[in-house]
Amino acid sequence: MRIGVIGVGHGRFGRRSDATVQELAFEAYRLALEDAAIEPDAIDASVVAAVPEYHKQRSVAGVVQEYLNLNPRPTWLTEVACASGSAAIRTAWMAIASGLHEVVLVVGCQKMTELETAEILALMGRVGEVQWESVFGTTFPSYYAMFANRHMHLYGTTRDNLLEVAVKNHHYGALNPKAMFRKEITLDKARASDSVASPLCVYDCCANADGAACLVLAAEHRVNNRDRVVWLDGVGAASSSMSVLRRPDLVGLPSAEEAAAQAYRQARVTAAEVRVAEVHDCFTIAEIMAYEDLGFCAKGQGGAYINERRSYIGGEVAVNVDGGLKAKGHPIGATGVSMATEIVTQLRGDAGERQAPGADIGLTHNVGGIGQYSFVHLFRRD
Amino acid sequence: MFSWFGKVSFVPYTKVSDFAVHLREGRLMGSECSKCGFATFPPRADCPECRSADFTYRQVSGRGTLFTWSRIDAAPTGFEDLGTYTVAVVDLEEGGRLLGWLGDSIAESDIQIGMSVQVVPRIFEEIEPIKLYYTVEAPAVD
Repeated sequence: MRIGVIGVGHGRFGRRSDATVQELAFEAYRLALEDAAIEPDAIDASVVAAVPEYHKQRSVAGVVQEYLNLNPRPTWLTEVACASGSAAIRTAWMAIASGLHEVVLVVGCQKMTELETAEILALMGRVGEVQWESVFGTTFPSYYAMFANRHMHLYGTTRDNLLEVAVKNHHYGALNPKAMFRKEITLDKARASDSVASPLCVYDCCANADGAACLVLAAEHRVNNRDRVVWLDGVGAASSSMSVLRRPDLVGLPSAEEAAAQAYRQARVTAAEVRVAEVHDCFTIAEIMAYEDLGFCAKGQGGAYINERRSYIGGEVAVNVDGGLKAKGHPIGATGVSMATEIVTQLRGDAGERQAPGADIGLTHNVGGIGQYSFVHLFRRD
Repeated sequence: MFSWFGKVSFVPYTKVSDFAVHLREGRLMGSECSKCGFATFPPRADCPECRSADFTYRQVSGRGTLFTWSRIDAAPTGFEDLGTYTVAVVDLEEGGRLLGWLGDSIAESDIQIGMSVQVVPRIFEEIEPIKLYYTVEAPAVD
């Protein structure tokens, strides 16, 4: 049995001081139901993706389910840091594959700007392994910076290669009405931004954001429109060590490589067949490593891949043409679902100005933390 | 005792809390499984290979090579007063890895991945409670 996405909805990402997390969720939910052309009674259950530390409201799934008016149907939360959204999709896929449910709603939502700066700085100090690493004041950017320094040392990747990723993603973000930042940037402007954790500067980093995305997943026999369905044919997932001290090297994410291998195998697709991809560019180096971990190019060639514009529309794989985490914004619980909505939109040919021509196979690569959790999903339009 | 380790302590209780007692005496201790001999740094109480709970501490020299690093310009809570600081990851000669601060004996312009380094146990002199850490230095400096 195949499992397909029958509807998607995406709210506006950014600093959303106008809405609660459940109100953000509703924006995406309304659009997803409209897109799927179903009424709420078709939904058997919902899976909510959100990272709880950012919300004053504890146990977010409860308040979301109530606000969507979906009681008494079951709901539960998935949390694996920035990959929570893809974990929710995987969980929904499993629920349908098991036969327990037939139509499952997936809601990714996050309100990150609810916290005060001091609370964010305290959270920032506990992103790493806290027993042996956070005691030295490591931060999230500093971890990816340590990957970047290894990658630059071993493969000759340059500072400009990293920033070329930011230039591309801002270029496409400018075309996405739902994106947080809708302005192109130049390489000179990116180079001039302040250092955050060397060698990464402000323009290497994505921004905290609020937002929600939603999709409806259905068993094959419940697909109501065979012309618009996008099949989720491969669901790969893997983990890697929490601690950077326990990794073989810091030039890629072993969990992402493993998740990709699983997804390619399950979907019977090769990397060369992927036309459009959403990859986890929380930092510019992460997108460069993703090209390699996903097999778009050989290990060490990621810098050249962006430099030669092979990840632009018209290149080999159109990567993050919705602006990516970098320009679209990264409301962590929503991100994985947002990625999937973009791929579905692309495969349907509905992406307008940022459409990758002839896209029939698309991929999402969603990473939690520094690859403690990786999910790679393969989508196909028949 | 483990709350001695680190400028800010997040996990005061652990089965390897004597790590901090040794560190205060200037010794860097990894662990060795008493059953299968699996040795690692940082230490862990439970063997990941044979699942034995019996282990002994095993001293490491602190000699190693620089694996990677980053200068942190935006510090989290509890580290703001340090201004800018550099974290370094060291591949230890006896196996295992360690993350600590780059010490004063290595200028940023001299940092090279792969260079020989020496880890040196330290105590925060300017903080009243016992607070232990280590720095990554050029060899033969302490």
